[in-house]
Amino acid sequence: MTTEPIVWLTIFVLAVFVGVEVISKVSSTLHTPLMSGANAIHGVILIGAILVAGTAQSTPILVLGLIAVILASINMVGGFVVTDRMLVMFSRPRRALEKQGPRELGR
Amino acid sequence: MTLAWAQLGYLAAAVCFIVALKGLSSPKTARRGNLIGAAGAVLACVIVFLVSDINHLLPILAAIAAGTAIGVVGAYRVQMTQMPQLVALFNGVGGGAAAIVAIIELTEFAGGSAPIFDLIATAFTIVVGSVSFAGSVVTFLKLQELMTTRPIVFAGYPILYGLGMLAAVGFSVGLVLAPSLLFAALLAAVGAGLGVMLVLPVGGADVPIVISLLNAFTGLTVAASGYLLENVLLLVAGTLVGSAGTLLTRLMAVAMGRSLINILFGALKGGSTLGATTVSDRPVKSAGPSDIAILLAYAQRVIIVPGYGLAVAQAQHTLRQLVDLLIERGVEVDYAIHPVAGRMPGHMNVLLAEAQVPYEQLKEMDEIDPEFKQADVALVVGANDVVNPAAETTPGAPIYGMPILHANRARQVVFMKRSMRPGFAGIENELLYAPTTTLLFGDAKDTMSKLLAELKALTV
Repeated sequence: MTTEPIVWLTIFVLAVFVGVEVISKVSSTLHTPLMSGANAIHGVILIGAILVAGTAQSTPILVLGLIAVILASINMVGGFVVTDRMLVMFSRPRRALEKQGPRELGR
Repeated sequence: MTLAWAQLGYLAAAVCFIVALKGLSSPKTARRGNLIGAAGAVLACVIVFLVSDINHLLPILAAIAAGTAIGVVGAYRVQMTQMPQLVALFNGVGGGAAAIVAIIELTEFAGGSAPIFDLIATAFTIVVGSVSFAGSVVTFLKLQELMTTRPIVFAGYPILYGLGMLAAVGFSVGLVLAPSLLFAALLAAVGAGLGVMLVLPVGGADVPIVISLLNAFTGLTVAASGYLLENVLLLVAGTLVGSAGTLLTRLMAVAMGRSLINILFGALKGGSTLGATTVSDRPVKSAGPSDIAILLAYAQRVIIVPGYGLAVAQAQHTLRQLVDLLIERGVEVDYAIHPVAGRMPGHMNVLLAEAQVPYEQLKEMDEIDPEFKQADVALVVGANDVVNPAAETTPGAPIYGMPILHANRARQVVFMKRSMRPGFAGIENELLYAPTTTLLFGDAKDTMSKLLAELKALTV
């Protein structure tokens, strides 16, 4: 039992390094979508909100828990959807350009 | 004890999040990365319903549906120009949710004895979650220009700040020693106050960096709630966002040539609020669309410096047509994208991508900046601060030290501006009065259409 906080701390420290490592080479072009995507990921607090709401023993606690569930789902779902909306725009012009191939040559 | 297969499922979701962040850092894999992240989140939600004893199933599902509806509508309704505000709001509600979760957990501890680490994690989540929530609301107000975008400080601000910090620490100790809702409420209130105070002194141009910082804060609160709820996924996901968000904040600050300390506390030291919102009446050279059309049509090399004003006026589509026409005439045209053009780093790329400007024409600052010397015309559309020489010449200006695009080195500079009002940072731009500069006044969309028409007339 005494070792348990150590286990959690270990996971925490390793995750810190993973977080730094995975985005260390991001280009400034993608800063906005990356921020938005990371923002969506912490929306996973929804799990926590569901857990506390699901075990609520009294009505006030349940109401509070449901508010947390609503807020967290806004964060999570909205975050992923809006990031996708941004990224679709990034991929679209490429295809458009390929179609315009000949014109590109005429430059 | 959570079932082993559920733990494996959470692990899979955590891996999804890591892959998502990795994917998001390269243009080719970004969209797939985001979708993988979403899949991980859905997986996690399914697991929690399957393995945990969840009562009140219907109200919870209804709440999820409501939140989903609000999130989706918000995500689809938002204009691309308002993206920073929306990210701020989404981040704020996440922080708020984390704080509420911690408060509810506390009610389970109250009375009984709880491990000290749990109580520390609870206090941390309540304070930082509230900071994130309140701070995000203020950043939203600033970006939406519902309040002034200039730094706000008043006499005694640092003292109040310090007292707030002390109170936060004090109430945290109180909560750990004697867990009670009273301390939780006090902590939430102090946290909200600190969140407001954190953002008030930050100038409008720097606000996006604060969003990124608050994003990292929310990540850490989620990590702490993961410890509290003994949920590994929350711990890993929150920590990932916390560390990646902190690094991203630093990268953004570097792109703007600012230090985080300076952004957050610069205004408290005083003296850096050089910005003036008054309109100067110094003489400038201005011209009509027909003159500018000729200038552009007979140039060999044109570099366009787009700014937030372009997107606000929704003129980016017309601009693209103009550029297409110039390229047809044999003019070499590129867009010079400053890292912080728009309202946050990378924002301009999103805005121009929306107008279907080909990727290849968007040049990052390091690549394009040396080419201004060879440019016949630098066309500055709705940008101001990113070409303001004050960033190099005027120590004490709010943007001093920010790398700028040297549009002033082009043979001719054309500014399309609505008025002589200064940029978002609120500083006057010397470049407007340079002898090589010509101003083209008017609403960007309107003027751009006229410019396009004039150019078409020349081409026929």
